[in-house]
Amino acid sequence: MNILVCVKQVPDTTEIRIDPVKNTLIRDGVPSIVNPFDAYALEAAARIKDSAPGTQIVLLSMGPDQAKSALKECLAVGGDKAYLVCDRAAAGSDTLATSYILSCAIKRLEELEGKFDIIFCGKQAIDGDTAQVGPEIAEHLDYPQVTYALETFLDGDRIKVKKEVEDGCEMIGVKMPCVITVTKPSFDPRYPTIKSKMAANRKEIAVLTAEDLTTLDRDRCGLKGSPTKVKKTFTPPVKSGGIKIHEESNADTAKKLFDTLVANGII
Amino acid sequence: MEAKTKDLWVFIETNENGTPKNVGLELLGAGRGLADKQGGKLVGIVIGNTIDASVKAAAAYGADTVVAIEGKEFEHYTTDAYAKAMYYLVEKYCPTSILIGATTNGRDLGPRLSCRLKTGLTADCTSLAIDDETGNVAWTRPAFGGNLMATILCPDHRPQIGTVRPGVFKKAVPDEARAAEVIREDFHVAPEAIRTELLEVIKEAASDIVDLEGAEIIVSGGRGVGGPEGFKPIRELAEVLGATVGASRAAVDAGWIAHSHQVGQTGKTVGPKIYIACGISGAIQHLAGMSGSKTIIAINKDETAPIFNIADYGVVGDLFEVLPVLTEEIRKLKA
Repeated sequence: MNILVCVKQVPDTTEIRIDPVKNTLIRDGVPSIVNPFDAYALEAAARIKDSAPGTQIVLLSMGPDQAKSALKECLAVGGDKAYLVCDRAAAGSDTLATSYILSCAIKRLEELEGKFDIIFCGKQAIDGDTAQVGPEIAEHLDYPQVTYALETFLDGDRIKVKKEVEDGCEMIGVKMPCVITVTKPSFDPRYPTIKSKMAANRKEIAVLTAEDLTTLDRDRCGLKGSPTKVKKTFTPPVKSGGIKIHEESNADTAKKLFDTLVANGII
Repeated sequence: MEAKTKDLWVFIETNENGTPKNVGLELLGAGRGLADKQGGKLVGIVIGNTIDASVKAAAAYGADTVVAIEGKEFEHYTTDAYAKAMYYLVEKYCPTSILIGATTNGRDLGPRLSCRLKTGLTADCTSLAIDDETGNVAWTRPAFGGNLMATILCPDHRPQIGTVRPGVFKKAVPDEARAAEVIREDFHVAPEAIRTELLEVIKEAASDIVDLEGAEIIVSGGRGVGGPEGFKPIRELAEVLGATVGASRAAVDAGWIAHSHQVGQTGKTVGPKIYIACGISGAIQHLAGMSGSKTIIAINKDETAPIFNIADYGVVGDLFEVLPVLTEEIRKLKA
């Protein structure tokens, strides 16, 4: 099997604080991490590799040079090779332009690494939260897709995907090649070992520029290639005027809560 | 694509029995004002098998026109069949705007469709308006785990499309006598063009179904419940309220409750009428999943817990003593 995993380096959104005066995001000093859903996607790929020895896992990211550190982390937990698309032409891309550039990169990688049977992506990145890039890559490549995957199993010439839906799960069979986007499974991704970390550090990460992506149309990249435009950003209004209830005893607190909720028509 | 009409479309997602999912009806409520401002009709798009109930509901909840595609291949949602059907309709009629519920299926379909149309898509919107300057839809959505809101426009491409979070907008009061023009399109997808196959539906037992996204009331437990048995008072309160049980990541990671109950960044995003957070400190990941709830009640021993910053009712106390009394009072009230 030949598997591609798409990885994004994101700011750890749990560490982001709001500047109370300017009411803006404080991004300085916020650590960069591998998007957690991409780590789950890599784990899904690694599990297939466990069951089918000889499987190759290629990693692909797009971003600034510092995104190499995210790729190194992924090389330490199952990735065999890593490529970074790094070009100013990509700056300001929305999901349509991003997925377009990534699909061109995938076509280029297939010339170098052979055709991919499965392209894994995280369900969404925790900074943009759009969940659109995976399905859009599938559309650019005209591949079938399964989103919200919890687990994947090799089944002959197809993949069986346990997919999370609103009222339970579904088992979906999908032909390869395909795109699978992965949500949080019930298990944790594997940890690197000291040995695997050292090996990952020694690996070269190949950088692809717009020049290298032979099929790329620059008009479809960056701000120019992005149909959506950000008009404004703002921090969400803070709820104020909440009622505090704290009586002498817990029983009294409960009763006061009940009376307050009834009085306000909540229950 | 050039818009052929000023219409606004609402995708009415159907259940397998042909009834409409709530979010489609909510979006008809939200879409009415937008369609009027755009100067076009409000159109419900219904795709499914045996869809008469959904067509009727679309009319009752405010659609001027309903465009319907019916066929056995649409009984169960597949990306391939639904994307083809929607693409066919957009090519034929090209509206100005399309709203799609941000359900599991809606967020699977939206990007597939918008990418095929090479137009813009804004994900998981929580507020919709018409931009005064340009007349475009102003799509507002949370990003960075709910820390930042962004308003997005799609000025030069049509249709402009957004997925919209369930539970944010209210359904209109239905008028069963209301009639809408119904256009039935004869469109089918060949079996070989559908590249995925549903092998098995793993429905949770009725008692285990965790429909957090559709819940009107959620009672959630966090680290403060202390263990799996700590969810007992939470389940009891949920039962008298007819509520769904939720949980924070801390409780799920500790193995006290299944991940299907998790609310927050790596769990579900919810918007119930009432959210009762018990023993949840209010980490930003959790707030990202539930801050859109209409009324938030927080019960926590720690007076400084950040959950109190967003709570409408902040209850400082021991959940193991507060909840049973509260549950009993509600039970008496309902008796």
